[in-house]
Amino acid sequence: MRTEGEESDLQPTDIGNPDYFHKVVDCQWACPAHTPVPEYIRLIAAGRYADAFMINWKSNVFPGILGRTCDRPCEPACRRGRVEEEPVAICRLKRVAADYKGDIRHLLPRPAERSNGKRIALVGAGPASLTVARDLAPLGYELVLFDSDPRAGGMIRSQIPKFRLPEEIIDEEVAYITGLGMELRLGQRIDSLKALLDDDYDAIFVGCGAPRGRDLPIPGRHEAAANIHIGIDWLSSVSFGHISKIGRRVIVLGGGNTAMDCCRSSRRLGGEDVKVIVRSGFEEMKASPWEKEDAISEDIPILNMLVPKEFTHKDGRLTGVMFEKVKAEYDARGRRRLVPTGEPDQHFECDDVLVAVGQENAFPWIERDIAIEFDQWDMPVVDEVTMGSSNPKVFFGGDAAFGPKNIIWAVAHGHQAAISIHQLCQGESVRDRPPPLVNLMSQKMGIHEWSYDNDISLDLRFKVPHRDKQIALRDIKAEVELGFDDKLAFAEAQRCLNCDVQTVFTDALCIECDACVDICPVDCISFVENGAEAELRLRLNAPAHNETQDLYVSGALKTGRVMVKDEDVCLHCGLCAERCPTGAWDMQRFLLDVAQAEHACCSLQNA
Amino acid sequence: MTFIPKPKLHHPELPKNALGYTRRDYEGAVSTLCAGCGHDSISAAIVRACFNLELPPHRIAKLSGIGCSSKTPTYFLGASHGFNSVHGRMPSVLTGANLANRDLIYLGVSGDGDSASIGIGQFAHIMRRGVNMTYIVENNGVYGLTKGQFSATSDRGAKSRRGVENKDEAIDLVGMALQLGATFVARSFSGDKDQLIPLIEAALKHQGAAFIDCISPCVAFNNHEGSHTSFDYVREHNLAVNYLDVISGREEITVEYAAGTVEMVKQHDGSILRLRKLANDYDVHDRIAAMTYLQERGAAGEIVTGLLYVDPEPMDLHHHMNTVSTPFNELDEAALCPGPAALDKLNASLR
Ligand SMILES: Cc1cc2nc3c(=O)[nH]c(=O)nc-3n(C[C@H](O)[C@H](O)[C@H](O)COP(=O)(O)OP(=O)(O)OC[C@H]3O[C@@H](n4cnc5c(N)ncnc54)[C@H](O)[C@@H]3O)c2cc1C
Ligand SMILES: Cc1ncc(C[n+]2csc(CCOP(=O)(O)OP(=O)(O)O)c2C)c(N)n1
Ligand code: SF4
Ligand code: SF4
Ligand code: SF4
Ligand SMILES: [Mg+2]
Repeated sequence: MRTEGEESDLQPTDIGNPDYFHKVVDCQWACPAHTPVPEYIRLIAAGRYADAFMINWKSNVFPGILGRTCDRPCEPACRRGRVEEEPVAICRLKRVAADYKGDIRHLLPRPAERSNGKRIALVGAGPASLTVARDLAPLGYELVLFDSDPRAGGMIRSQIPKFRLPEEIIDEEVAYITGLGMELRLGQRIDSLKALLDDDYDAIFVGCGAPRGRDLPIPGRHEAAANIHIGIDWLSSVSFGHISKIGRRVIVLGGGNTAMDCCRSSRRLGGEDVKVIVRSGFEEMKASPWEKEDAISEDIPILNMLVPKEFTHKDGRLTGVMFEKVKAEYDARGRRRLVPTGEPDQHFECDDVLVAVGQENAFPWIERDIAIEFDQWDMPVVDEVTMGSSNPKVFFGGDAAFGPKNIIWAVAHGHQAAISIHQLCQGESVRDRPPPLVNLMSQKMGIHEWSYDNDISLDLRFKVPHRDKQIALRDIKAEVELGFDDKLAFAEAQRCLNCDVQTVFTDALCIECDACVDICPVDCISFVENGAEAELRLRLNAPAHNETQDLYVSGALKTGRVMVKDEDVCLHCGLCAERCPTGAWDMQRFLLDVAQAEHACCSLQNA
Repeated sequence: MTFIPKPKLHHPELPKNALGYTRRDYEGAVSTLCAGCGHDSISAAIVRACFNLELPPHRIAKLSGIGCSSKTPTYFLGASHGFNSVHGRMPSVLTGANLANRDLIYLGVSGDGDSASIGIGQFAHIMRRGVNMTYIVENNGVYGLTKGQFSATSDRGAKSRRGVENKDEAIDLVGMALQLGATFVARSFSGDKDQLIPLIEAALKHQGAAFIDCISPCVAFNNHEGSHTSFDYVREHNLAVNYLDVISGREEITVEYAAGTVEMVKQHDGSILRLRKLANDYDVHDRIAAMTYLQERGAAGEIVTGLLYVDPEPMDLHHHMNTVSTPFNELDEAALCPGPAALDKLNASLR
């Protein structure tokens, strides 16, 4: 917030600060890799799928993978969700770009012609390491990727079920990276970081993920062990083809992503009566709403407020799970506690249990005497900006850095680590971060013509078509979502509000005629006496209650008032600029290209 | 001209009135006037006033003549009745409509050309007859639609965009309305909605002839230096005698004002006008004093705005003519055509 002191008037907004307009592009701001979302959505609407793909590829490295699996932090942030019922299907539009792009290999960077003499080791070949490799390979680094698994991809390959993410997509997008020139040492586990450090690499990136699934040490665990499986171990066994069957009655314990993948996989491997049973309430479950929806639609009930007490067994064989019924109570500080309801315990019979109650980091291969500091939770101490550890040559990223997150965070970490490694290898400070490239350009083509489609679609969010359930449940490799066709993709793309086309105000041109105020469909604009932010927010044409959204404030105008625009629900329709007689408002496209290691990839600015 | 329609999406917290309508439900088609035209602000003020008063749109009739100003009824109250008459003839159409159906709320919208040139006779007569209506002149000092010729309300000495001086004396529609017996007379400025919206509300509630002269800059032809209706000129010369709030019976009055600065005027329909006075000695009930004051301040180059005169107990045309209280469309055939016997009786009474 821009107030100087509690009571003072607001200062004019500094739109020269790239963060100001970046924040207005809610989706891009929320994306850990800051993908220029509206830019690629417009390209999809224009049928330019390859260009849309490349924008994604540059920012988030795995468009086809993320377009099916991303946790999509951008969607809850999407402005459309604040002016209508649901956000734009940003994630599934990303898949559209990947599905229809055609052959893009000629658009990828070329492998470096010669080595720059620097050798980098990357532990793990998951999305974090692959991102570092993608950014550094074109600059001439000699990269060596180690992974204990036989194939590159990390948990993208070992955990995410194929009915959500077909293998070919992983193969294709991993190949785009490995094709840039690097050495892959698959099936080779690193057992000592010390030994690796002794090999004289110029830098080491640790992208080993969070590989350990939490167990549930309650009575009966040992006795019934044969039919109790740790979720992530079971999923990777399924992925690599070691397991292809499960009992008829399955209980999945846990309420996160892993639980959802476990239950849906079970339905495809012989589980007919599959239940998810969760300690917490339905709303507090860690799984995303759409994951829960998908599970429920495959006839998997989700039972809540049940704490597992005991695995029951007979003759050395699992018979079921006993649960205590709980309810939520809140203390004075609003913290939730689960307390027994006092009702009798409830027993559910089953043939197999999948334990998906959490995932942990484990670094048994990192010695604790090599100047890498670990904290009280036995996690490495990692700098959130540079991704550096206390050893200047060792960097962390992805799930290994701050615990289990998701693919897009792994990618974001990878980009930052690549910058740091590049700085380090050039003898520069890793603290010096290159600034983003920013471009602000008027979209005016004629009196009422803009180079973007400013009409606002009233369509509600379109659903991605699904494969017929009976067929999908028969084959664990049959992808459930079929993706948007080009017509649906166009219609969904038109729901995007083009939040990157900014309303730019020029104080000196305004004659305070009110035309913009009168036309604005969502009452964003006010001309008022200046004041302190909190009080001024309530004096606007529509009260600006959403404090996470900025106010755009002009300097003093002729009447002494200021123009205040509440960015919250602006539709970027451009009507203010169309109705302004003097051009005081203009619609300008803001393109922010987050820095990567020496513009490792193609620049967006020429897109 | 704007090519896309105004998007239907609105602010998530946009309030609804007692009828369940938002302000947006009182809008019309998107304006085709020049960007920045004062007339569009007046349209926006009418929308807000009708929303605030919770008027059912289908009970309003909007009528106009010819001109940019007279085009505006297309741009507000899209669900109301409308009649776009020939140039300067809106008053007679409005009078006829009002006689046929006194239950509708009549809103006449006109321009300075439409009312002070070709339609000046009609203007004069609708005022002196006391037709129950709100009559707004969107006064820009020019014929906007025909590309900016001086209109009859333009001040002597005002300059055209080309620098030519107006040599003719101006017609002051406010002065005429006062003199001809309008029972609610106000002047305002399109650039001051705080003043304008409540004035429109009060006029709509007024049960007699209500006239608002609203200065409304023509950004295309009359917003230059030397113009007397430009944004800058009006802001510099505006002498607001009061601001008002329209309070319907059920609202509580909570704010306290210093003695002498506020006057409560109870209207015939029970609503209250709370006048916040800026010129303490100005009396909104004294027609003669108002005329004198306007002449004085006008001679000094000031533009007096605010509620200038109100008669809280107005009489209207229907009262003067002792007409039947039921609208024609609700009278049955027997009442409308009482037959030859009744005609004979009437004729006999006139012999
Ligand atoms: C069941 C499940 C479903 C998920 N679904 C999604 C989803 O839909 N969307 C999403 O965004 N995220 C999802 N995630 C999370 C996501 O997979 C991870 O956050 C992401 O893969 C982390 O990437 P990373 O590069 O840090 O590590 P990982 O992907 O975990 O890769 C680490 C790699 O390092 C290797 N390795 C570890 N230690 C060593 C060693 N000592 N030597 C050599 N190699 C080593 C491992 O074999 C592994 O291949 C899911 C996770 C699980 C468990
Ligand atoms: C009978 C007739 N005479 C002349 C005209 C030409 N004409 C059209 S609009 C107009 C003047 C409108 O001026 P005003 O009422 O002030 O409206 P503005 O456009 O300024 O809002 C004239 C003279 C006409 N349309 N009809
Ligand atoms: S672009 Fe302008 S008119 Fe459109 S919603 Fe935003 S502020 Fe309002
Ligand atoms: S339309 Fe333009 S000139 Fe008029 S108030 Fe808005 S910004 Fe100022
Ligand atoms: S010509 Fe003048 S009055 Fe007509 S629309 Fe344009 S600005 Fe308004
Ligand atoms: Mg005119």
